[in-house]
Amino acid sequence: MKINFVLNGKGRVLNAPSDRRVIDFLREDLGLTGTKESCGAGECGVCTILVDGESRLSCLMFAAQLEGRNVLTIEGLASEETLHPMQEAFVQFGAVQCGFCTPGMILSALDLLKRNPHPTRTEIREGLSGNLCRCTGYQKIVDAVEATACKKEKGPPL
Amino acid sequence: MKSLEIGRPIPRVDAYSKTTGQERYAADYYGENLVWAGVKRAGIAHALIKDIHIDDAKTLPGVISILTHKDIQGSNRQGMIRKDQPVLADNKVNHCGDAVALVLAEDKASLHKALDLITLDLEPLPGIFDPEKAIGEGAPLVHEGHPQGNVLFKGVLETGDIEIGFKECHAVVEACFELPHQEHAYLETEAGWAILKENGQLKIVVSTQSPFRDRSEVAEALGINVEKVRIIAPYCGGAFGGKDGVTVQTLLGLAVFHCPGRPIKMWWDREESFLASPKRHPARLYYRLGVKPDGALHALDVRFYYDTGPYDHLGGAVMALGLEHACGPYRISNVSLKGFCVYTNSPIGGAFRGFGVPQVTAAMEQMMDMMATQLGLSPFEIRKRNAIRCGDKNPIGISVTGSTGFEECLKTLEEHYLWKKRNEWKSKAGPFKKRGVGIASVMHGMGYGPVVPDFANAKIELTREGKFRVFSGVVDIGQGNASTYLQIAGAILNQDMAHMELVLPDTESALPSGSASASRTTSTFGNALIGAAQSLKHRVLQRAAIYFMAKEIKEVDLIPGGVNHFTTGKEIPLSEMFHILDDSEKVAAYTFTAPTAKENPTEDQNLRLHGVPHLIFSYGVHLCYVEVDELTGNIEVKRYLAVSDCGRIINPQTFEQQIHGGIAQGIGYALCEEFIVKEGRVRTPDLATYIIPTALDVPEMDSIPLESYEPTGPFGLKGAGEISIDGPLPAIANAVADACGVRLFRSPFTPERVLKALKERENREFEH
Ligand code: FES
Ligand code: FES
Repeated sequence: MKINFVLNGKGRVLNAPSDRRVIDFLREDLGLTGTKESCGAGECGVCTILVDGESRLSCLMFAAQLEGRNVLTIEGLASEETLHPMQEAFVQFGAVQCGFCTPGMILSALDLLKRNPHPTRTEIREGLSGNLCRCTGYQKIVDAVEATACKKEKGPPL
Repeated sequence: MKSLEIGRPIPRVDAYSKTTGQERYAADYYGENLVWAGVKRAGIAHALIKDIHIDDAKTLPGVISILTHKDIQGSNRQGMIRKDQPVLADNKVNHCGDAVALVLAEDKASLHKALDLITLDLEPLPGIFDPEKAIGEGAPLVHEGHPQGNVLFKGVLETGDIEIGFKECHAVVEACFELPHQEHAYLETEAGWAILKENGQLKIVVSTQSPFRDRSEVAEALGINVEKVRIIAPYCGGAFGGKDGVTVQTLLGLAVFHCPGRPIKMWWDREESFLASPKRHPARLYYRLGVKPDGALHALDVRFYYDTGPYDHLGGAVMALGLEHACGPYRISNVSLKGFCVYTNSPIGGAFRGFGVPQVTAAMEQMMDMMATQLGLSPFEIRKRNAIRCGDKNPIGISVTGSTGFEECLKTLEEHYLWKKRNEWKSKAGPFKKRGVGIASVMHGMGYGPVVPDFANAKIELTREGKFRVFSGVVDIGQGNASTYLQIAGAILNQDMAHMELVLPDTESALPSGSASASRTTSTFGNALIGAAQSLKHRVLQRAAIYFMAKEIKEVDLIPGGVNHFTTGKEIPLSEMFHILDDSEKVAAYTFTAPTAKENPTEDQNLRLHGVPHLIFSYGVHLCYVEVDELTGNIEVKRYLAVSDCGRIINPQTFEQQIHGGIAQGIGYALCEEFIVKEGRVRTPDLATYIIPTALDVPEMDSIPLESYEPTGPFGLKGAGEISIDGPLPAIANAVADACGVRLFRSPFTPERVLKALKERENREFEH
């Protein structure tokens, strides 16, 4: 079927079988491999994208569900030259190790800040508890999200 | 931009491309005309293969080819020490995850249909799933031809006289500990992509820790010329030991010959990854510890069994490292250690961060607390009295040399506010909550040990654009060593990040440098890189000195992007130096081989081959605050402190990442990660049943590195990748015992087990 939607700020009309998983549609058909897959079953949050600004698991969505929606993947977050402040904070605060959770984690964090612009550290942990990370122990991710919420520009005084 | 320095927390270079989604992992390779490859797995733990029915699947539209062991020309065996694992099972299956047939298809849907249509005619054999039973009389044999039956490898280390030692003891404590499999659960499951090029080259892009070793394994198992195999290793989406060794490599290597010129992709799903990948060895450990009246450890008798499943993988070496670390960082004069690594039909046991050390540390550190309780000493005091120091003989009889900061770690802990305020914190527990504080000592050897040469070959070149390009020989599996390499080379060459370039490991361009493992990654390659960078620097400066007609080389020095002549203040850009240097001068390489222990604790050559003894150790002490809910049995870790002696820190941020990550995995190992296997079948096939810690399960952590210096390390560094996973389980166990007086000898410490233990304690108290 034809799907009419906005992808990373650009209007697109694309063909896809209606039951194509969004993750496959993005990764295999559109070459947007920034969205990762780890469980394919809604258990890890790695495949998170933003649909109309809300975090969604692309491994559990079908292409047809994108009709008329506004979709943001990690590739659409930074502008040409500059990282989004959340990306910058992940870099500066050391929130990235293997990086496989990072795209989903960043998008979930943005969703969290939209709903709760000034979360406590515990609220950040709750808000990200659907996104697994096997490398970092989460603390530096919490630091990065907290700093973004506080609009701190610089990295930590390490 | 400032030039790179040692000791500065420089953000990792890979963090940029990883936060924007631009970094390409092995899982991200596709391509035109892609072939999907997948394997049919046994699904039963032990059986003879009577027949493999592939005809129905073969005729399915979209299926390109179906291959079995009959299609393999080479040895069809892979493995790093003992080559005992078939690429595709031939006469027997030895665990549920054994690969039996390989399917190549035009798309994922046809692939899955074909895999379902393949049927296996298997004659079940009795399986063996307990390592201790597996070495008993009459146990079913996993490998009929193996001379030691089901014992893959046995190690013994002895010093002093254990019998006399125990006779001289004033108090003795005894216990048996049981630990389960731990699954790596890296978020990027096993993935690879391959193509057979027109020139006959087999190119494999794979999520791996060991590209050079993979190359020979693929060649040997498939019977192809090693020169024809090229392995490219992008950043791994996590590995932790689980990708040290072949996963998809040989299967892809076999596949390419059946669709030459077409790209082929294999990417295991989560369930397949859990089923087929190696795990941390389940262990049963029997400990008996004796002390003198003053609390001096005097005798230790240890016997333990590691279940390696049907294949060695790295099981023998894992067991040997456990054996070497079984006594902890203490002085003990009479020691008898026996370790068995045993074949069973369980999932494969292999390398996992910690490499056999978390199991023995779990046992020894709990023994220390149990002994302290018996003697009426504090857990801190008993550790302090026995702490190992430079100049001591360690319990296996090797002189302790080099940086040995264990006592310093204890001192640092003692002065830390989390230690000082512990009693105050404990007293504030709410209703039905009990609070406790526990500590655990850790030590971790670095490198491959005395026999297998622990070497690296660094290569660096000056590019036309005037940058220094580092060819990394050791994979960055997520720990940030690639960035640290740039920092090391940049510091020597006085460059900023903008003038440094990185080439990730590729067997065609990098030089063999061993695996990303054994806490050696930054140390061994870093030392080699120092040599290479210094030699390139010298050449550039020599040429520049001539160019500026300087009297001595001292008049010139590198600056970011160029060379400066102090006397005249003139500068020349590196891009011009490129044209001044001869081609042969633009590339420098350097080999470094890590030093090994000169003393020998054993006559057993095989034990030495498997890595005993090590020369350099990192040390540390961990502390945690836990709160136990008496109604639910839930344990919550509230705070965590790790004091570590890992030598000088090159990048404090990357170092802390390693410490944090290891603690989190260790907390999972202690509290919730229980890989359940019944009769060889996996009962926790996904992330909904195998629970790894979320952001809510890991507390705020403090990491304090000692400012120590290891003379053999690059800039004084020691390994830091593994040590932090050794401590959490015993620290938590000791804290739980402190909180409510119960000790669980089987982990993980799930709420059910805690409740049961609390109940039993209550009943005992009631009876008295
Ligand atoms: S891949 Fe979608 S939730 Fe795990
Ligand atoms: S950084 Fe590796 S999973 Fe999060």
